[in-house]
Amino acid sequence: MTKDDKTINRRNFLRDGLWGGCLAALGIVAGASARKNRKNDLVWQIDPYKCIACDRCATYCVLEDSAVKCVQLYEICGYCDFCPGYFELGATVLKAGAENELCPTGAIKRTFIEDPYYEYDIDETLCIGCAKCVKGCAAFGNGSLFLQVRHDRCLNCNECSIAVACPTGAFKRVPADEPYLLKKAFST
Amino acid sequence: MKILHDILIGMAVSLFLAGAAVGVERFPPPDFVETDHVIPSPTSPGPRQDVYEYIDAAVLLAALGLASYLVLWKRSRRAIFALTVFSLLYFGFWRKGCVCSIGAIQNIVFSIFDREYAVPIVVVAFFLLPLIFTLFFGRTFCAAVCPLGAIQDMVLSRPIFVPVWIENGLRLLAYVYLALAVLFAATGSAFIICRYDPFVSIFRLSGSLNILILGGCLLLIGVFIGRPYCRFLCPYGVILRQLSRLSKWRVTITSDECIRCRLCEDSCPFGAIRKPTAQWPTEEYHIAKKRLAFLLLLLPIIVFLGGWAGSSLKGVTSQAHETVRLARQIYLEENGKTEEVTDASTAFRASGQQTEELYQQASNIRTRFELGGWILGGFVGLVIGLKLIGLSVWRQRTDYEADRASCFACGRCFKYCPRELVRLQKIKEVTDKW
Repeated sequence: MTKDDKTINRRNFLRDGLWGGCLAALGIVAGASARKNRKNDLVWQIDPYKCIACDRCATYCVLEDSAVKCVQLYEICGYCDFCPGYFELGATVLKAGAENELCPTGAIKRTFIEDPYYEYDIDETLCIGCAKCVKGCAAFGNGSLFLQVRHDRCLNCNECSIAVACPTGAFKRVPADEPYLLKKAFST
Repeated sequence: MKILHDILIGMAVSLFLAGAAVGVERFPPPDFVETDHVIPSPTSPGPRQDVYEYIDAAVLLAALGLASYLVLWKRSRRAIFALTVFSLLYFGFWRKGCVCSIGAIQNIVFSIFDREYAVPIVVVAFFLLPLIFTLFFGRTFCAAVCPLGAIQDMVLSRPIFVPVWIENGLRLLAYVYLALAVLFAATGSAFIICRYDPFVSIFRLSGSLNILILGGCLLLIGVFIGRPYCRFLCPYGVILRQLSRLSKWRVTITSDECIRCRLCEDSCPFGAIRKPTAQWPTEEYHIAKKRLAFLLLLLPIIVFLGGWAGSSLKGVTSQAHETVRLARQIYLEENGKTEEVTDASTAFRASGQQTEELYQQASNIRTRFELGGWILGGFVGLVIGLKLIGLSVWRQRTDYEADRASCFACGRCFKYCPRELVRLQKIKEVTDKW
């Protein structure tokens, strides 16, 4: 450890001047970014109105098991018997089974409520975020199924790999205290 | 079959909807009459709480303070190594390498140039704290706090010497990397430091194959060439280098005075130890003076050429911005130059935005890339010019010294110095002069 000698000569004077200048510059940077800094952290989320339900969320996440999952917004779900997010379009019988279901991992659970209504729940441990159901529900149903970043899984990378791959810019940073962008219920 | 009828209507309606997977209300949500079924709400698990972020910042501050103390006052390589392991575990494997100080450069730049984006205070702390500590104590952040440096330090076991000209040449990569990172962050195109962070996949134990291979290769090289990322690529490292030149305190190999015993000469795996120099030979002095004058005159030209090169690359660099890519794709499609339609262009057409508007946006962004190219290319030119000038200046040195800029403050050289061993009372001082 050496503390520089304190003799005043041209070299030391210049060095001290530069040192002070650097410290001031850092102060300016701190000031400039603090001027509009945000107390809250920012997290990634998908704008469901921009999402086109491609399958990139399933594969581009840095996690082995994507942090993007399908969300069922029950209040806009039609509780259809023939759910276009649950069944293949060509399904002949409305019964559970891999040959009839759209979901490649069988992550959607179909429960009978009352005639003719069925409730559809997502099992997030199985969902891979491939958006097959999202596509079906949006094309032929109410669009109550859509993708969201699930924050119990998301690592909140500084640059989200899915956001880079997203073709429509549906990924954006939102304040951490309102971390979900759910669809709006239809006005009656 | 009322349901089937509804489905047919739904399908008909959906034909009018292309692109965005939005959905319209085709089947009104039911009023359950037979059962009293309550419509559930989706769960919304929250993100990691902010308070942990402040803990991270506090740990960073403590680690920086401790590292500076260990390097400058305690002078213990073993303690520095222990702190390095801690940082690797905490900032690397526990915090998954995000947010790091290196990547924070981009958040700061982005927040300066983007009106919407406000950088979280913790990220500002991650950016500033190591810089401030470096202004006072040298690169103690690199020594024992940065997880990227730590993981490379762990594998370094068979160091070989890198010739000075290769070292100096390769280091230019880091300046170019910094310039590109600033350019892409300022234009809001990409955070390339994060995208190509070689070790983050290892910290997370998952990630894309390419990055895992990149990280693996760097670690393999790192067995023989000390800290290749830090020395030749790290964009934050080049800022720390320059600040470290001005630091108030600095690492010294010996604890009191250099006796020029040469024992420390080969101790540094990073080639940061400078040997004492002889007198400048008189005949060479005149040539050198001329060369220096020539280089000083050449400096503005190199800066200009750098800026010119940077700005003329705008066609390539601006492709990093998604709007420019989209505009190019739309242009190709409109003019029948491509048959293929991308997801992005399909979504763009479904959005109903005007093509002219998109072209205008893309052209504005390209102008920003051109201006940024002038500034940052000029910066790279300035770095090259100043390096050439620096090489032509003879520095008088009487002792073995750690180069202020290149030294990572790892403390490997301390034990090589016999004066240090005397201080530690490992050997006795010879008092009788003969």
